[in-house]
Amino acid sequence: MLDVDITGRLGQLDLQARFESDGGVTSLFGQSGSGKTTLTNMIAGLTNPTSGRIKLGETILFDADQGINLPVQARRIGHVFQDARLFPHLSVKSNLTYARWAGRRQGNRDLDEVVDLLGLRKLLSRKPDTLSGGERQRVAIGRALLSDPRLLIMDEPLANLDQARRNDILPYLDRLCVEAGIPILYVSHSIEEVSRLSNTLVILSDGQTPAFGPVADMLTRTDLGRATGRHEAGALVNGTVVKVDTLWGLTHVDIGGAVLQIPDMVAEPDDSVRLRIRARDVALAVVPPEGLSIRNAFEAYIRSISEESGPYAEILCVVGKQTIRARITRASVADLDLMPGKSVTVLIKSVAIDRRQRSPAQPQTSHVAL
Amino acid sequence: MAHQTKDRAHVDFLNLQPAEWQALLLTLKVATAALFVALPLAVVTAYLLARYRFPGHGIVNALVHMPLVLPPVVTGYVLLMMFGRKGPVGAFLSETLGISFAFNWTGAALAAGVMAFPLMVRPIRLSFEAVDPKLEEAAKSLGAYRAVAFVTITLPLALPGILGGAILGFAKAMGEFGATITFVSNIPGETRTLALAIYTATQSPSGDVAAFRMTLVAAFVAFAALIASELLARRLRKRLGAGHA
Repeated sequence: MLDVDITGRLGQLDLQARFESDGGVTSLFGQSGSGKTTLTNMIAGLTNPTSGRIKLGETILFDADQGINLPVQARRIGHVFQDARLFPHLSVKSNLTYARWAGRRQGNRDLDEVVDLLGLRKLLSRKPDTLSGGERQRVAIGRALLSDPRLLIMDEPLANLDQARRNDILPYLDRLCVEAGIPILYVSHSIEEVSRLSNTLVILSDGQTPAFGPVADMLTRTDLGRATGRHEAGALVNGTVVKVDTLWGLTHVDIGGAVLQIPDMVAEPDDSVRLRIRARDVALAVVPPEGLSIRNAFEAYIRSISEESGPYAEILCVVGKQTIRARITRASVADLDLMPGKSVTVLIKSVAIDRRQRSPAQPQTSHVAL
Repeated sequence: MAHQTKDRAHVDFLNLQPAEWQALLLTLKVATAALFVALPLAVVTAYLLARYRFPGHGIVNALVHMPLVLPPVVTGYVLLMMFGRKGPVGAFLSETLGISFAFNWTGAALAAGVMAFPLMVRPIRLSFEAVDPKLEEAAKSLGAYRAVAFVTITLPLALPGILGGAILGFAKAMGEFGATITFVSNIPGETRTLALAIYTATQSPSGDVAAFRMTLVAAFVAFAALIASELLARRLRKRLGAGHA
């Protein structure tokens, strides 16, 4: 679908990027200054790479060897910028329809449909400077959607928003990712957003792309600790809601081999859900413990233990077909005599899996981990 | 009787003489023509200077500003040498297109336009620089080609600055003196604008009243133009949304 293999340079940064994605939501993940915006600008055609090629579907956007370099206008890539970039002198409606009246792109997406999808009905006659940050981003997303794009690039659309505004807009992004029907390249330095929204994850670190692949695989790779950020590292687990316990406010999710109890979750039985469990919220025990407040305890076996220096060890545990990542001290690994193949009890505090860390599993996630 | 004469004198003082009317109308004609030709050129020049870094950028910028710093008589003399009947450009234009700038009102308009040019370019360039080029990138990503993006985004956002440049240029063109008198002389009905007419009146022993009358007219026209531009700018700013100059 999107096939990128380019080198380029912008200022001090040497960029060398190679990845493929087959549709759905592809996240470009990396810390600030890792070259995310440079890379998306090259894909969009706002900056030129020095060599390589970019292919979108059957269309070659850029090929240094063949001398192909489609201009921005011809690439048909909807670009949602971090700073929204709404046209300040135009109403929300004129902003939304800009691609139609100024870009001669008709497309077949209905204006009303987009307006409803993003909740813009009441804003249509307003000017951009009267909108809140979250509303601006929603208009920017709608404007890009209505430009008849083959690909939607979203460059950290939530970066300039506070947490409350992010929580306002994330449900719209959830719906968009499922309903838009076009591939999305989502740029972020937040592992939370990335694991919530994406199917494919591309890691970008110092202008290089050391790894890309299905998001669940990427998150359990302990060798990418520096790039993915240690503190927020975790694993994605897919499951099905089996029971909603309204008495205690707990939702039971079957992850295949174990049932997790998750508090305060809006879901119906049979819903497919995706949970992110941070490695630092997982504890391990060699004998099943008793008398604990922790509700999520289940059997698993150890697949691997990272061999890094420093006080921590990253341990991947397999339960059913899913992988859980745990971070414990190396001292504990030695004391408990942990090693690959050994059976352990995985302990996860229910409150560690909160409502911000789940989202509907997407249709394309069939190729998930292992 | 005495009362009546005094009344007559009063009326005469406020009544413009035919030659003075002629000077006023000619001035408006010359300044308007200068504005219509120079403003589009000033917009293009200002945009190029604001958005592009090309070889010779500094030289173009200096050339544009030359009439501002040169003595006007020098500018007028350069125009005379280039656009006069025997000047290279003047001779070429009169042979090929039959256009002559020598000693007629179009020459006065040319002089006024050249002198007003730097005063127009400056505020327009500043207003282009104030428009975020990232907005043009956004417009392009939505399929708009460069010219369309310019007309639909950059130009409207720079409009208050363009208006300011136009007012300044028009005022300068109305009052232009030195380059005009050097280039196209001081011919009644043809090149004698208000400023030249005032000068002529001051040179005659009995011209004080006429000079004063025309000075009032010039002040009134300038004041009206400033008020009108202020009102227009206020409306524009409201339409463009706050925070955009």
